[in-house]
Amino acid sequence: MAVLVFADHDNVTLKDNTHKTVTAALSLSGDVDILVAGQGVAGVAAEAAKIAGVRKVLTAESEALGRQIAEAVAGAVTPLMADYDALLVPATSVGKNFAPRVAALLDVAPISEIIEVVDSQTFTRPIYAGNALETVVSSDPKKVITVRATAFKAAGEGGSAAITAVDPGPGAPKTRFVSDELVKSDRPELAGAKIVVSGGRAMGSAEEFQRVIEPLADKLGAAVGASRAAVDAGYAPNDYQVGQTGKVVAPQLYVAIGISGAIQHLAGMKDSKVIVAINKDGDAPIFQIADYGLVADYKTAIPELMSALETVKA
Amino acid sequence: MKILAPVKRVLDYNVKARVKSDQSGVDLANMKMAMNPFCEIAVEEAVRLKEKGVAEEIVVVSIGPIQAQETIRTALAMGADRGILIQTDTDPEPLEVAKLLKAVALAEEPSLILMGKQAIDGDNNAVGQMLSALLDWPQATFASSLEVTGAVAKVTREVDGGLQTLELDLPAVVTADLRLNEPRYASLPNIMKAKKKTIDIKTVDDYGGLTSPHLSVTKVAEPPKRVGGVKVDSAATLVAKLKTEAGVI
Ligand SMILES: Cc1cc2nc3c(=O)[nH]c(=O)nc-3n(C[C@H](O)[C@H](O)[C@H](O)COP(=O)(O)OP(=O)(O)OC[C@H]3O[C@@H](n4cnc5c(N)ncnc54)[C@H](O)[C@@H]3O)c2cc1C
Ligand SMILES: Nc1ncnc2c1ncn2[C@@H]1O[C@H](COP(=O)(O)O)[C@@H](O)[C@H]1O
Repeated sequence: MAVLVFADHDNVTLKDNTHKTVTAALSLSGDVDILVAGQGVAGVAAEAAKIAGVRKVLTAESEALGRQIAEAVAGAVTPLMADYDALLVPATSVGKNFAPRVAALLDVAPISEIIEVVDSQTFTRPIYAGNALETVVSSDPKKVITVRATAFKAAGEGGSAAITAVDPGPGAPKTRFVSDELVKSDRPELAGAKIVVSGGRAMGSAEEFQRVIEPLADKLGAAVGASRAAVDAGYAPNDYQVGQTGKVVAPQLYVAIGISGAIQHLAGMKDSKVIVAINKDGDAPIFQIADYGLVADYKTAIPELMSALETVKA
Repeated sequence: MKILAPVKRVLDYNVKARVKSDQSGVDLANMKMAMNPFCEIAVEEAVRLKEKGVAEEIVVVSIGPIQAQETIRTALAMGADRGILIQTDTDPEPLEVAKLLKAVALAEEPSLILMGKQAIDGDNNAVGQMLSALLDWPQATFASSLEVTGAVAKVTREVDGGLQTLELDLPAVVTADLRLNEPRYASLPNIMKAKKKTIDIKTVDDYGGLTSPHLSVTKVAEPPKRVGGVKVDSAATLVAKLKTEAGVI
């Protein structure tokens, strides 16, 4: 069996989600290739070629692929599947956007956000916001799977796969790219961060969110997250949202400040190694899963936390 | 312009899903069911397009048990015009749903299909993309804003790094994210009016039938339980424990 892994990248750098998806792929087969679809991706392909265990790297380039338009990506990937038994795609917004299209075009059932490969037909995936885990067996000759990267270890480096260009496909004639509004930040990326500090509705305003959450994140070298309530109210940008319908994170340390712990929020962070909750309501559900809970008003707790961290670091 | 809005009946989002003791699935018996929240947002958006004079007719379609009529009725009370229930007691997988919806789209010929990005039971996030591929119509998933001008839809999408804006030639498929709008509560007069609107009850065979499923679920288990730890008395103790006990800072 041969497996094609779709690389997660922004045309400039290869993302760690790719290495994690390669690990899932290697548990299915020894014949794992990577597709880098984008524009101007020679550098990304060179990075992908270094991942240990990868047989070869394919590149497909066009303007529409550079924007990762779903129709264009599916158009490039689907014909390649003639040579593969499975497609593994990191479950990012790009992956979720195009992978089901490939499945439909191949007339197979997609399998979304697996967290475990049981055997070559059998996979485990969360349903109902992670309140249940489903084991699903696919009878399809070709599998199209998105992979929840936080559930897999990153494959190492040390490979030297050959790089070949393939047909970029027909593009997306009925869809036009208009603009991007990407949030620029020097902080670590939320999805792969070792420490995440998240703020909730308790912050009350965007200014307060920035005043309280961001310095703490900077002190800890952490990424910043938020609850949906905080995002909805405009305290934080949408790409900060952690949860069932936001990002799924599994850092070493997750700090939830003024977040109640709704199941939809827990779905995105309950696999974190250590969870800290700071909430003034001792009965908030977040305390049921927190390793360390501090019942306090964040307005006094965060300054104290900042100075305690100062002492520890000194 | 006509809008087609596929809606799914699911376990109400406020109810915690419980796994059956024989691990055959999630227990839905006597549980509160409701319209999938993302479908509600899609219906709301369709109604707003009608209120702006952009759309003339909104057709709601649901595939599911006879009780899914209630879900359709909710959409009619929000302002949709008529409903189609494709009645089945099986729980069709996304590929089958997409094929049935394709047949509905070919029969109804909408200019826009507005649907949820994800059903919160199976969390598949797949049907919209598959339907778009099967119809060979353009797609914009995870929409947080939608503008229709003539034969073009301009859609802003929520992506991992922020937002992306696309223009699609109609007919097209758009899937709703949470921030697209806040759905209204139906008013009593509108609930009364909805009782008179038609819901056609159809069978899967009216739309090409079901193919045999490609997936089988062999087990539904509870996730490993995370047990709460300790409450600490101060920020200083917290930092000390994170440093020495947990070793994470
Ligand atoms: C379909 C669907 C999908 C969803 N997806 C997501 C998702 O992906 N992510 C997500 O987060 N939510 C999601 N939600 C929303 C979710 O149900 C909750 O509404 C949301 O998580 C609540 O956010 P919160 O904890 O910040 O706000 P609240 O529930 O209002 O909690 C605020 C907390 O702050 C505490 N507090 C207030 N003041 C202070 C203070 N001064 N000091 C300390 N603590 C204080 C309060 O005690 C309270 O516990 C979804 C909902 C739906 C319907
Ligand atoms: N049984 C169904 N009947 C009608 N629409 C459905 C059904 N299942 C899924 N959908 C639509 O597809 C969207 C995405 O669902 P899913 O891909 O299953 O997560 C939902 O928000 C609905 O709009």
